[in-house]
Amino acid sequence: MTGQIVWTAIFVGGSFALYIGIAIWARAASTGDFYVAGHHVHPVLNGMATAADWMSAASFLSMAGIIAFAGYWGSVYLMGWTGGFVLLALLVAPYLRRFDKFTVPDFIGDRYYSNVARVIAVVCAIFVSFTYIAGQMRGVGVAFSGFLGIDAQLGVIIGGLIVLFYAGLGGMKGVTYTQVAQYCVLIFAYLTPAIFISMIVTGNAIPQLGFLSNVAGTDTPVLARLDTVLTDLGFTAYTENTRTTHDVFFITLALMAGTAGLPHVIIRFFTVPKASDARLSAGWALLFIAILYTTAPSIAAFARANFIETVNESVYDPAPGEEAEATPGWFKEWERTGLLAWDDKNDDGRLQYRADESNELTVDRDIMVLANPSIANLPGWVIGLVVAGGLAAALSTAAGLLLVISSAISHDLCRRVLFQSMTDTQELLAARLAALGAVLVAILAGLYPPDFVAAVVAFAFGLAASSFFPAILLGVFWDRMNVFGAMAGMITGIVFTGAYILAFKVFGIWPDSADYWLWGISPEGIGTLGMALNFAVAVPVALLTPAPPAHIRAMVHALRTPEPIIEPASHTAGGAV
Amino acid sequence: MDVEQAPETKGGFWRANVRLTILLLAVWALVSFGFGIVLREPLDAFSIGGAPLGFWFAQQGAIYVFVVLIFVYAALMSRLERKERRRAAQAGERPQ
Repeated sequence: MTGQIVWTAIFVGGSFALYIGIAIWARAASTGDFYVAGHHVHPVLNGMATAADWMSAASFLSMAGIIAFAGYWGSVYLMGWTGGFVLLALLVAPYLRRFDKFTVPDFIGDRYYSNVARVIAVVCAIFVSFTYIAGQMRGVGVAFSGFLGIDAQLGVIIGGLIVLFYAGLGGMKGVTYTQVAQYCVLIFAYLTPAIFISMIVTGNAIPQLGFLSNVAGTDTPVLARLDTVLTDLGFTAYTENTRTTHDVFFITLALMAGTAGLPHVIIRFFTVPKASDARLSAGWALLFIAILYTTAPSIAAFARANFIETVNESVYDPAPGEEAEATPGWFKEWERTGLLAWDDKNDDGRLQYRADESNELTVDRDIMVLANPSIANLPGWVIGLVVAGGLAAALSTAAGLLLVISSAISHDLCRRVLFQSMTDTQELLAARLAALGAVLVAILAGLYPPDFVAAVVAFAFGLAASSFFPAILLGVFWDRMNVFGAMAGMITGIVFTGAYILAFKVFGIWPDSADYWLWGISPEGIGTLGMALNFAVAVPVALLTPAPPAHIRAMVHALRTPEPIIEPASHTAGGAV
Repeated sequence: MDVEQAPETKGGFWRANVRLTILLLAVWALVSFGFGIVLREPLDAFSIGGAPLGFWFAQQGAIYVFVVLIFVYAALMSRLERKERRRAAQAGERPQ
């Protein structure tokens, strides 16, 4: 165990030193650098940065575990969090890049010629980003306390200061290049154990193909075997749906539209030189994300199958002659962390894993990723790598969110609404101060996580799907859309979605179960209905109120034309790369 | 939509873009909401390798198609933009 801590310290310390080095190299000299990295980022690099920005601690640590226990309906996360990039590439990113401003509230405020709309967008962007950042900071604390023996609170502070250093110094420019490094760390850390697990379970080194293969040494496909084993133990088959089809539909669409409306993802596409680069870059981003997202369901199935195969009915304290049936060593190792627990209800000395009350095992779903290296008998340094990968995923997302918060305050609120006479230098200082303030609040949120952290994902995506996504979509594709329609739609969407989630997840007015849900739609999927309501209110209101002024319609039409070719010399001048 | 608004109807550029977007979004919806969700049960009667087909679309297949869709859109739009720039230059329009 001590050897493992040393390796973990080396990987974590080494990766942090790398991030700090990049921050010093990529300092921001202007607001353009700070907000959009001077528009100099290559589409492929931006794709990597977007992938790291997008994939959070939840994607890295929890997603495979959630799928392992959910089976089929876990697909909502796989399709929802990747399919959103299609919407982003086809409907949002290129047009907002063509618009050529710094933030998402910039677009809402200018397109709807209203500072009230701008401020509503600022409030939404800040709220969504803070709820999301609290979860990341908590993940950082857990990683430090679980693997380095450092107090979780100190871990949160260290993580916060590292992010502050590179985001405050380098802004978008610093964040972009650290995110590229963080992508490399996290994907390597995710794939290494996955490849070994795939080889152990299926004999195929490529997890995506192992998913379709037979259990090693047999003629039975992995998924068929898993279905049989689970139904024998009283569970629903892995490939069957334990939710209703229409709830799966609603959740998937809410996650997709939410993805396309999340400000920290959208602003990544402002960093590339042209609108056509934004389209291409979205493709690269999804490709880099897909490498992890197609590995995750494979790991999920292998880990669940391997868990049942080796742990169920195993003998905890084997007598001589029973060694072949002994509980694997990694189980006992992880029992110490509290993520696994065994209660020998029938006193037979064997571990029973069942769907009914005779079940003796409590399993934290995160174990499916964390324990992979020990399950595969990989050396201690691989665990260090996985911890560094988890931290990379958490910090890269936190930094992206931090930039949304700081630019919403310094640019949208200070420069565009409160103090319009600010100079560029003053605005850059305001951006750095806002980043400092946001980090302090994020650290506090990590130290004293609000109770609703569990509902955060539903919240962030539901609000983005029911507010930003329709406002941006109608703003680009319908030139008759005006401020009244946009505001009425956004307010309807937010109030409806927010109230529904709060009622079930925070205040517990009704129990969070299908019997009480409106039309059987869970709080996770309600963003889809909120989005539909937004459209249903926005369009008639816009038609009944005056059309937007001519210069706004001209602006919308300009978004729809190919941008003029810029001479290469004029946009690389002053660039650091 | 507004027919009297002339600017973007000069070329078929915007119309072609909207057509392409709708077509690609139809494929996007078909592989995820269609194959992966609504049609999952009938499709599960078939299998790809050792996985039921509908289940595979929901967990992996749709993601592969998404990646291809975005690159196809990026490539076709670049071609459309090149054509539109040539047309606009010939017609002597001022770039916006």
